[in-house]
Amino acid sequence: MALLEIKDLCVSVDDSQILKNITLSIGKGETHVLMGPNGAGKSTLGNALMGNPAYEITNGSIYFNGLDIRNETADKRAKAGMFMSFQNPLEVPGITLSSFIRNAIIQKTGEKIRFSEYRKELAADMKILNFDTPYKDRDLNVGFSGGEKKKAEILQLLMLKPRFAILDETDSGLDVDAVRTVSAGIREYQKNEEGALLIITHSTKILESLHVDYTHVLVRGEIVANGDGSLVEDINENGFDRFGA
Amino acid sequence: MAKERSEVKDIDRSLYDFRYEEKEEDFYKVREGLTPEIVREISREKHDPEWMLEFRLKSLDIYNELKIPEWGPDISGLNMDDIVTYVRSKTGMQAAWEDVPSDIKDTFEKLGIPEAERTSLAGVGAQYDSELVYHNVKEEVLAQGVIYTDMESALTGEYEGMVREHFMKLVPPTDHKFAALHGAVWSGGSFVYVPPGVKVEIPLQSYFRLNAAGAGQFEHTLIIVSEGADLHFIEGCSAPKYNVANLHAGCVELFVGKNARLRYSTIENWSKNMYNLNTKRAICEEGASMEWVSGSFGSHVSYLYPMTILKGNDSHCEFTGITFAGAGQNLDTGAKIVQLGERTSSFINTKSISKSGGESTFRSALTIREGARDSKASVSCASLMLDDISRSDTIPAMDIRTNEADVGHEAKIGRISDDAVFYLMSRGISEEDAKAMIVSGFADNVSKELPLEYAVEMNNLIQLEMKGAIG
Repeated sequence: MALLEIKDLCVSVDDSQILKNITLSIGKGETHVLMGPNGAGKSTLGNALMGNPAYEITNGSIYFNGLDIRNETADKRAKAGMFMSFQNPLEVPGITLSSFIRNAIIQKTGEKIRFSEYRKELAADMKILNFDTPYKDRDLNVGFSGGEKKKAEILQLLMLKPRFAILDETDSGLDVDAVRTVSAGIREYQKNEEGALLIITHSTKILESLHVDYTHVLVRGEIVANGDGSLVEDINENGFDRFGA
Repeated sequence: MAKERSEVKDIDRSLYDFRYEEKEEDFYKVREGLTPEIVREISREKHDPEWMLEFRLKSLDIYNELKIPEWGPDISGLNMDDIVTYVRSKTGMQAAWEDVPSDIKDTFEKLGIPEAERTSLAGVGAQYDSELVYHNVKEEVLAQGVIYTDMESALTGEYEGMVREHFMKLVPPTDHKFAALHGAVWSGGSFVYVPPGVKVEIPLQSYFRLNAAGAGQFEHTLIIVSEGADLHFIEGCSAPKYNVANLHAGCVELFVGKNARLRYSTIENWSKNMYNLNTKRAICEEGASMEWVSGSFGSHVSYLYPMTILKGNDSHCEFTGITFAGAGQNLDTGAKIVQLGERTSSFINTKSISKSGGESTFRSALTIREGARDSKASVSCASLMLDDISRSDTIPAMDIRTNEADVGHEAKIGRISDDAVFYLMSRGISEEDAKAMIVSGFADNVSKELPLEYAVEMNNLIQLEMKGAIG
């Protein structure tokens, strides 16, 4: 069985159906890309997979690592090894980025971590992301620019080391340099051969320097095409028109 | 996936609820209710000077004439005929901790008072029911000429003149019905005098504990900070839960001299059968600075609006407050500021949280008088509601009588964001912890104003309040 098995998944928001019969399987260490025009339902899939209670699964199943997680809460999914980088990360005053990540690691693993080791690892990962050290002592995302928020998301990805991560529009609103740094962070995550990714994007910029195994095209809530990494280039040249978008 | 609803259980108050089986004969108390005879009896027990007895009786007359306020939370559950206005342990006040009776000592030890005294306080007064049972001030503070004593000693000793000159001059018995009640039956509390230029480096503290069922606590705190002096005073309040109503109608009067600074911090965690009808007022002379930090967590009903009169030119006031109203609580809190002097400035910054049907109201009154040219004022209040059954209101009043003032106002009322909870949960944090984290963050600017131990206590109270969220 693959790491993530999605079968006939239907998802509604406020009683209106967004996703129709999504079937997708993601194996260990694979990088999948989910593309599609605005409003196709890409972020809905990410949120439904991560367990956002505002997204109601009306049909179908989700198995993660052999476990039926359809009715699990987001924290249980995270503990099982799932992660999502948010399109719009939320600002949480009163807790610093550094203590938040440490807290999350402790909650996730149930084990204490040595502070000195933690600090060293955090510094190394922040360096990869070209993320200025003082940010670790600032309140989580509070007053961060769009780029800094995305760096903070990827920093959490690297520190929390999930088995599977959804990157929801991580490149949106970023300038060329920021896209490059964020890609470097994602490549760092890919070095772990077990780690799987679902990259949700409507542009191809972020994919230029990343290895991609599979591509899926989502239009009006349905997967209309599947392919390998070369499908990205095809879409880059021809857009989504030929998929009926 | 089914929509989740979370429910936050009531606070586990066991930390504050412990009480010892007390033998009636160990305590002296007056009868329930309020009559001139009872007031005379209290006065006699306390060896009041003659003028104080007269003051009490006059206050009682005023009390009988004034009406119960009708503009705030309902206090019809409070029947004065059932309230015991004076309860005293038969042992006198002690200056050595070892000499305090063991049951009372254990109570304060559970609350961490002696611990706090050892580590971070310059002096401590501990009041149990109507009277102080322990009072101690560090040598070095006494050597600076600072006076910190219980009100009775001040009144019957060498500071009688100073007490008479200030007592209920800022808060006259005519102010409102419960100020009059206070004037009639007050007992206990602290008297502090800081001589000119003296800076007290570490805080003084009073801790008030109301242990007797159906009793009232009416302590009077009188603080005089002389020209150029500096003081931080902390008060803490708690009580165990009974099924009958208890009443707290204390009075705090603060005189802040020219260029002096006073910081007054309160963490109030009365039990949820308490009517907290407390009056606090400060007056600032030229260049003086008054800072209030106020945390209201307990009581069934609270009316609490510390008032600051910026009388002198260039005087300044900051009020930072947080109110947390849970099930069965109606907490009406805020601040009052009157700016008289030129170039005075005031900042009110409050947060309120309500959950499980709790009601919190922020009420403020800002007055800038004609003469207060080039003055500044800012009022900012934010409320957070944790569910659909709780209530939060904001009633800010402003009366600005000069065109030459700079006044700002900001009010925010919000609910706990589901998106923020989901964001934290997606990192492996449970729903309960995620909510506690968001609430603590909301309260963060208040906890930063508190001394560390109190910030920790406040965070513990928030964590306790948030425990029991069910996914």
